[in-house]
Amino acid sequence: MAQQEGSLLAMIVDQDTATGMLLTGMGHSDLRKRTNFLIVDEKTTQQRIEEAFREFTNREDVAVLLINQVIAATIRHLLDGYTKPVPAILEIPSKDAPYDPSQDSVLQRVRFMFGES
Amino acid sequence: MSTQNRYTVTPTVSVLAVMKGRLAGATKGHSLLKKKADALNMRFRQILKKIVDTKEEMGRVMKASFFSLAQAKYATGDFKHTVFDSVDQASIKVKASTDNVAGVKLPKFESVKEGQDSKLGLIGLGTGGKQIQECRKSFMTALDLLVELASLQTAFLTLDEAIKTTNRRVNALEHVVKPRLENTIAYIKGELDELEREEFFRLKKVQSNKKKHAELAEAIEAARRKGENGTAAPPSQNKAANVLDQAADADIIF
Repeated sequence: MAQQEGSLLAMIVDQDTATGMLLTGMGHSDLRKRTNFLIVDEKTTQQRIEEAFREFTNREDVAVLLINQVIAATIRHLLDGYTKPVPAILEIPSKDAPYDPSQDSVLQRVRFMFGES
Repeated sequence: MSTQNRYTVTPTVSVLAVMKGRLAGATKGHSLLKKKADALNMRFRQILKKIVDTKEEMGRVMKASFFSLAQAKYATGDFKHTVFDSVDQASIKVKASTDNVAGVKLPKFESVKEGQDSKLGLIGLGTGGKQIQECRKSFMTALDLLVELASLQTAFLTLDEAIKTTNRRVNALEHVVKPRLENTIAYIKGELDELEREEFFRLKKVQSNKKKHAELAEAIEAARRKGENGTAAPPSQNKAANVLDQAADADIIF
């Protein structure tokens, strides 16, 4: 879990979010030109998204996976079945869709706990 | 004596001592686990609160970041392809360390910058470079926040799991192991008492029997002496026969 050189942040996001995030320098492409992000546009199939999700969650060098909330909604079944703590999956807002806390799978659990206690 | 919900043991003093030891161990373990569960719960509450706050802040920061991105776009034109093409080695990475809460290891992330990002610093040098750099800074803060959030979220999930396991153990000890041990101890004690009572009764019986034998022997002796003195022999014979019968009876009983 604790890699010495540090792990990567992966993301499955739309173009605008990708532009902003890549500006920070988190983008990475290795020798085989394998990148740590998937840019989703209207042409991207759901299958491709699911595939990317599986790839990123199974990669050893990924510690955090960022997904736009709109995209996360399309692969909700995968997110719900995901239980591993690492990589951590974060749902982030996109430019067109403001953040909606009620849809976040983790926040839902948080609210459930609060309601319960 | 309940036959269910106890261990099948032979009721002896040594087994009783073993069971008592196990009960003491279970009690100690129970109280320790309870303390652990409390500590975990406390941490859990803190994290919950932080998560909610950070998530809301994240929403705000991302909004600001997107606004600055729009500004940069307006100033520079579409520069996303330049950005996409300049992806090479990641300069921002995540370092994972572990935090220890009551024996539960919580992963903790920290964003680290390594290497330089010369290429990215030069994007849009011709036009609107300043806006792009602003946008970049804004996204950097957002990213830091996201990493923090990720670490909180991971801690949340791990703690959730740990708390569940601990509670399960606490309950198992309290409701299964301890009652069973207590039942076993009560059973052994009951059996031992019973044995003791039996033993006592037997001793009493033996004593009274001995006394009876002695009296009979004395009676026979007395009768014999009487017979020697010159009175009728048949009654004494009769009596002797009776005595033998009685003695035989007593032997059959014990």
